[in-house]
Amino acid sequence: MEPILDVKNLTMDFGGIRALDHLSLQIKPGEIVALIGPNGAGKTTFFNCITGIYKPTKGDLLLNPPGKKTKKLNGLKPNKVTEQGLARTFQNIRLFPNMTVLENVMIGRHCRTKSKIFGAIFRDPRTKKEEKEIVEQSLEILKKINLDKMADEYAKNLPYGAQRRLEIARALATEPIVLLLDEPAAGMNPQETQELDELITKIRDEGLAILLIEHDMKLVMNISDHIFVVDYGKKIAEGSPEEIGKNPDVIKAYLGEDI
Amino acid sequence: MLSFKDFRNGLMVTLWFVFLTFPLLVIKINPIEKSVVWRWHNMLYVACGTFVFYVLSRLYLARKKEQQQKIKTGIVEDKVAWSAKLFSEPKFYIPIAVAGCLFALAFPTLFSTYQVNIMITALMYVVLGLGLNIVVGVAGLLDLGYVAFYAVGAYAYALLNMHFGLGFWTVLPIGGLLGALFGILLGFPVLRLRGDYLAIVTLGFGEIIRLILENWGEFSQGPSGISNIARPGLFGIDLSLEMSINFMYYLTILMVIFTIFVVNRLQDSRIGRAWFALREDEIACQAMGIDKMKTKLTAFALGATWAGMAGVMFAAKTTFVNPASFTFLESAIILCIVVLGGMGSIPGVIVGALVLILLPEYLRAFSDYRMLVFGAILVIMMIFRPQGIISTVRRTYSLKD
Repeated sequence: MEPILDVKNLTMDFGGIRALDHLSLQIKPGEIVALIGPNGAGKTTFFNCITGIYKPTKGDLLLNPPGKKTKKLNGLKPNKVTEQGLARTFQNIRLFPNMTVLENVMIGRHCRTKSKIFGAIFRDPRTKKEEKEIVEQSLEILKKINLDKMADEYAKNLPYGAQRRLEIARALATEPIVLLLDEPAAGMNPQETQELDELITKIRDEGLAILLIEHDMKLVMNISDHIFVVDYGKKIAEGSPEEIGKNPDVIKAYLGEDI
Repeated sequence: MLSFKDFRNGLMVTLWFVFLTFPLLVIKINPIEKSVVWRWHNMLYVACGTFVFYVLSRLYLARKKEQQQKIKTGIVEDKVAWSAKLFSEPKFYIPIAVAGCLFALAFPTLFSTYQVNIMITALMYVVLGLGLNIVVGVAGLLDLGYVAFYAVGAYAYALLNMHFGLGFWTVLPIGGLLGALFGILLGFPVLRLRGDYLAIVTLGFGEIIRLILENWGEFSQGPSGISNIARPGLFGIDLSLEMSINFMYYLTILMVIFTIFVVNRLQDSRIGRAWFALREDEIACQAMGIDKMKTKLTAFALGATWAGMAGVMFAAKTTFVNPASFTFLESAIILCIVVLGGMGSIPGVIVGALVLILLPEYLRAFSDYRMLVFGAILVIMMIFRPQGIISTVRRTYSLKD
């Protein structure tokens, strides 16, 4: 099957430091792919490169939306990348703390709606309809992740686990084809991780491809269809969870030389 | 509630104040008679005043802390601030708005021309504050050169009126458009900047406009300014001075209502939400598909539009403009209005403008100490109510409507 996101030889240099070294990665439709590796291996840099926050030094980013032509994402601004169908969450939560939960999700609808200044001032029927749709769709997404009861609460007042889930909801509101999750389980207790596990699987079952950076090995082994392992910016292994669990290079990278 | 330490600190603070004010308030030198008068009673006043104020402020802070502790531990429910309640429930704010409108309409018949003039100025600052509120309060872009757009509007009317005889009503939209144009002009180079850097660039921009107006004599007549600008006309009727001031007053009221209407709708729209998101987190905002450049530029342009229009009104009201009206101090006052009133809150900015502009006028009774009292009020406000007089409340949505 043709991969939905095809990253070819992605290289990123910061001055003399090569953070990513010819990294290639493919995500197929409806797959959960995990990107793992020790701290400082370049996982978040990889995310920043494909979402347009950094401009990669070399390499190609190709997106194959189902039924549409292949699009090259290199050098696009972050908002354009999101428009093309790549949505992300952040390692350190980056919600809009002084906006309500619902408004946070509504912001996600921004790139799929179009009302302009005149629409905002005159509130013509089209703008009104669009606003109503934004609210409806956002509430629907909140229902899906079980946060609809807290819709009017300020985002900063949510408990930690809920904030993480809200970030996913906000990303979902942009109607992505590929969802990028940067350590979604960081700092969660086992029960919250369990809920997250179910949520990610549910999103996958709705047809989205998911790329996941995660340190929680139990979660990774549980839900991933395919795992990529990076160390010092290089890909050192890829394969199914079983293969990765037995791979000597991976064990070495995680536990050190002598074992 | 207060410990021994608080009183000891209070004594220290008192001593320090006495020491600081000693040369100014206690010693009085008479150079003619070559004598020194020691006004010891002043020292006593300063000491008592400082000590009482210190203890009171301590008491207030201690009580506030206790209250917060109680809220945290769940003993007391977190009260919705009275101001927030006032402006979020129709049964409260509609009577207030009606009373306010009636008072505003009757104002010229109740008070003297002098008072009406002051009120016009205050209302113009309401418009300016609401405009800057879009840039600073909503989009979170600290703009210290806002007065530049005000100057653009004022000079647009002065020059177009002088050279081409264009009337107020023609220039009002032109002033707004020119403001927006200059807003975009300033917006482009500062797109990548934020926070302190942005503040400094905008400050420089404000000074550039003022210096151009001051030094480019052929264009703007330099520091001597432009006089005899036409007042706004009313279907060609000849108005007496008093009547034209009253007319100006009602025009300003209309302008304020128009501004509130538009700014309110803008804030509560797709664009307004994008502005808020930009203030909250720029990176997340982009990652959610919001075009940072477009959003910033619209904020600058729409904010500057109001300054441009207020500038036209200012020129029409005073019938005279010169660069001295557009110094950095003006920008600072408008910024104070926004911060003191409550960033991003429309009622807050209105109250802020009225307080900041009217207070110095009515403090004239204290003549010499007027600015001192004014400064003290600003400091106290920022310590005890940093979120502004009326803080914002995000609106909630329901599916019913």
